[in-house]
Amino acid sequence: MAKEVKLLGFWASAYVVRVQIALNFKGIEYDYVEEDLKKKSELLLQSNPVYRQVPVLVHAGKPIPESMVILEYIEEAWPEKPLLPQDPYQRAMARFWARFAEEKCLPSGVKYFTTKGEDQLKAKEELVENLKILEGALQGKKFFAGETAGMVDIVAGWLPFWIRRMEGLFGDKVVEEDNLPHLNAWFQDYLSLPFVREKLPPPEKVCADLRGLLASLEPN
Amino acid sequence: MSEEVKLHSIWESPFGFRVQIALSFKGIEYEYIEEDLKDKSELLLRYNPVHKKVPVLVHRGKPIPESMVIIEYVEETWPEKPILSEDLHERAMARFWAKFSDDKCSPAIFKYFSTQGEEHDKAKAELVENLKTLEGALKGNKFFGGETIGLVDIAAGWMPMWIQRIEEVLGNKVVEENSFPHLQGWFHDLLNLPFVNQNLPPPEKLREHLKNFRNSLLARST
Repeated sequence: MAKEVKLLGFWASAYVVRVQIALNFKGIEYDYVEEDLKKKSELLLQSNPVYRQVPVLVHAGKPIPESMVILEYIEEAWPEKPLLPQDPYQRAMARFWARFAEEKCLPSGVKYFTTKGEDQLKAKEELVENLKILEGALQGKKFFAGETAGMVDIVAGWLPFWIRRMEGLFGDKVVEEDNLPHLNAWFQDYLSLPFVREKLPPPEKVCADLRGLLASLEPN
Repeated sequence: MSEEVKLHSIWESPFGFRVQIALSFKGIEYEYIEEDLKDKSELLLRYNPVHKKVPVLVHRGKPIPESMVIIEYVEETWPEKPILSEDLHERAMARFWAKFSDDKCSPAIFKYFSTQGEEHDKAKAELVENLKTLEGALKGNKFFGGETIGLVDIAAGWMPMWIQRIEEVLGNKVVEENSFPHLQGWFHDLLNLPFVNQNLPPPEKLREHLKNFRNSLLARST
């Protein structure tokens, strides 16, 4: 029987993976629909006419696009096992750091991935600088949310998996014990959470996907 | 405990302006503090160490930076006169359109504003496309929030004043009756709301500021 919750996704998308992690954290059952991004389904095009992208969450027939919007929706629709604190000020701080991870760390990660030579060195510097700031938000805690993971952990949760894949691809080190000790530890702690581990795509497959992306960026 | 609310901002900031709309709409009393970004106050640097930017809302001594984070905080802390629906899907769609406005329309407006020649023409085409998409979200309603304003009206609430001044500086209209009948109507309706109107910067002062700003951006890029 079809479930009330459907997720339109693509296996290699970090945006989709973090929505899956949130759904898994909350114990929400859902039907996963793998989209062919070269041949998008009618459902996807109708559900997200503005961006025509995954992920899209469909709940009781109503579509919600944009992973950040989906995460807030999931939090409100299934309030047990909260991802955000109760206190309004703490909630604002969590939203601030989620936004920082999304608007600063993510673009600099993309820049690092898509550049070469001198440009990539500069991009790496900017990425590490932003990660240093993000690390400050950990404030000696295990997770951004404290003893257990929360919204900021899930929003920034692409970092532990995808930064390591990029490091492997480029034979480079971005986040280490030396330069980002707390974030480095958080990488490990986040990836070992069962509800995270269960939703990660196979690392080698992701590396192949990233290699393919890099190749497609080459001018020919 | 004191309800003390302070807003640190600058008169020409569209981000500070939209926080002011939210505060005024909800009837929240606050102290406005004008910052000098060329000589940032100790307080500002302490309140927003990450970005060192305005606006920053300070409530009971606790600082909250980032205008959309502030607006969500204001909604949660003063729930009377809500700007978000109770319906969860509608809330999500409001957040979607507020994000679209910031992610797509704002950069497009800035690109249009800060370029010339061919780059400028391309930027205009992109801007028109994005604004058309945003206009669609009005769905024939007076406001994005329906009969009264909501999150999206506030998030995009800087556009009428700023876009009209930019049009004057460039001597070129983008949002007109012909091309954007609904958005044009929304511009007009929003600007006439008292809690919007009372917070608007003086148009001539803003126009002059934008003219100088554009010139400095063009000079930097050549």
